[in-house]
Amino acid sequence: MEVDKLLNTEVRVINVGLRAFAQDLESRKSPVVHVDWSPPPASSVKFGSLLDRLGV
Amino acid sequence: MTILVNEVRRGFYMDSVALMRISRSVGAMPGVKGAALMIGSVTNKALMRDAGLLGATGEDAGPNDLVLAVRAESEEAATTALSSAAGLLDKPPSVGQGASEWLPKTLDTAVQQLPGANLVLISVPGEFATAEARRALRRGLNVLMFSDNVPLADEVALKQEAQQRGLLMMGPDCGTAIIGGTPLAFANEVPRGSIGLVGASGTGLQEVSTLIGRSGAGVSHAIGVGGRDLKEAVGGITTLMAIDALDRDPGTEQIVIISKPPAPSVAKRVLQRVGESRKPVTVCFLGVDDMALPANAVLVSDLRSAAERALGGGRLPWSDRPTVAALAATVGAGRQRIAGLFCGGTLCGEAQLMLRRAGLAVSSNAPVTGVATPKEAPGAHRLLDLGDDEYTVGRPHPMIDPSLRDDMVRAAFTDPEVGVVLVDVVIGYGAHDDPATDLVAVLPAAAERGAVVIASVCGTDQDRQGYARQVGILRDAGVVVAPSNAHAAELAAELAGALAAAGGSSR
Repeated sequence: MEVDKLLNTEVRVINVGLRAFAQDLESRKSPVVHVDWSPPPASSVKFGSLLDRLGV
Repeated sequence: MTILVNEVRRGFYMDSVALMRISRSVGAMPGVKGAALMIGSVTNKALMRDAGLLGATGEDAGPNDLVLAVRAESEEAATTALSSAAGLLDKPPSVGQGASEWLPKTLDTAVQQLPGANLVLISVPGEFATAEARRALRRGLNVLMFSDNVPLADEVALKQEAQQRGLLMMGPDCGTAIIGGTPLAFANEVPRGSIGLVGASGTGLQEVSTLIGRSGAGVSHAIGVGGRDLKEAVGGITTLMAIDALDRDPGTEQIVIISKPPAPSVAKRVLQRVGESRKPVTVCFLGVDDMALPANAVLVSDLRSAAERALGGGRLPWSDRPTVAALAATVGAGRQRIAGLFCGGTLCGEAQLMLRRAGLAVSSNAPVTGVATPKEAPGAHRLLDLGDDEYTVGRPHPMIDPSLRDDMVRAAFTDPEVGVVLVDVVIGYGAHDDPATDLVAVLPAAAERGAVVIASVCGTDQDRQGYARQVGILRDAGVVVAPSNAHAAELAAELAGALAAAGGSSR
């Protein structure tokens, strides 16, 4: 089970959203990469959601 | 006269905490009555509309746009505030905040940059959170979703997909987790140990984990599941997976489950799973005193009891508890009511339980079972959850920025009925740098207070704010500091009872 691996290895985080959460992890030297996220263009939101549902 | 001005920046994004800091700074400018800088999502626009901050220009904004809204006494004040907001938005990030560092723009590039990544922490606006979580799950990554305002149907679909893939989907609206000693989102530095926690409540997990940590024991993992996981529609998918995982985990010797009372069908499923475990389990469905449990489980109804049970069953001591008589002697004549001002929603809920248990009439904007709203019971003791949406439109959560509570603490002392001010001070990651100093700064001088301030601090000495340091600051200012939120609420209830008896009130 993937969840068991999570509980038994070092947590390595990809942070998508609030920068402060990544900075908190950096401050305690936990491995983290912050994504410079921004909302997808409005026109692609519906299309993207459709692709997501199709598993593309 | 009040002037409302909206400005929209198309295709502009900045994270909500950064935006709220700017909102707060603009809101404090002279002549400004209200200010919000928010991404123009449907939810945000509704919040701004309710707060009287959305005009026709703002209504036209979409989720890719930023709305700057100012309500001011004059056009001049509004214009000055807007230009100040624009200046702060355009200010480049300072060194140390990523000014020159390259950051990946997508999950795929981030995965390449961090080989072995195993968890994605998502806190983007709710409208976009589902898509990000789905991407993460399909790349075999566990998810902690801090974002709220995610449709219930999306939550169910994401959790089912995670379950099929054997991945943990914590949230949406999951504020706290500690995985293998690593605190995530709003969490504390707690020593590692053998107690595994599963919680549908962020501050509930923080309170129990820090009580355990401060007592010299430790936590193996604290798995947040999100506030709706134990509702009928979600069926406790993540709670059940978390119990399974902690049951298999060799480092976990016992399990504690913390939640508001679940849907009966979900409670049944959870308890059935608990009964299949060979590990001892403490079940805390807040406020539930009576429920049939399997032989390996014990029911407790509040957070302190959950920690006490996990620590072996002894009561957590309060050696220097002041006497009620001594405290009552410092309260001004006619002051009998408790004003509870909480940053933590579950801490507010637990305090309501304590007051209810003491037989007091209590009201809250976030009432637990059997508690009225302030409208229904205007004369009752009032415990407010200041993290609730009604208080946080365009402002940071009071745990991050206590200024909202500061105003209400000041107001409490000017209310001639208030004899007890009951507060929580939450420290740790995500929280304010020094909430005790902030609180103490707004208290009147001890001799002029006329009301007793009772507090508890949720945190540990390993947190950057330092538990002992925060307690010391409060005590130096004459605040009574209890060893837990439950202890604080119990003392407040006893004191209110004594004040009512002395004043001849039936309250």
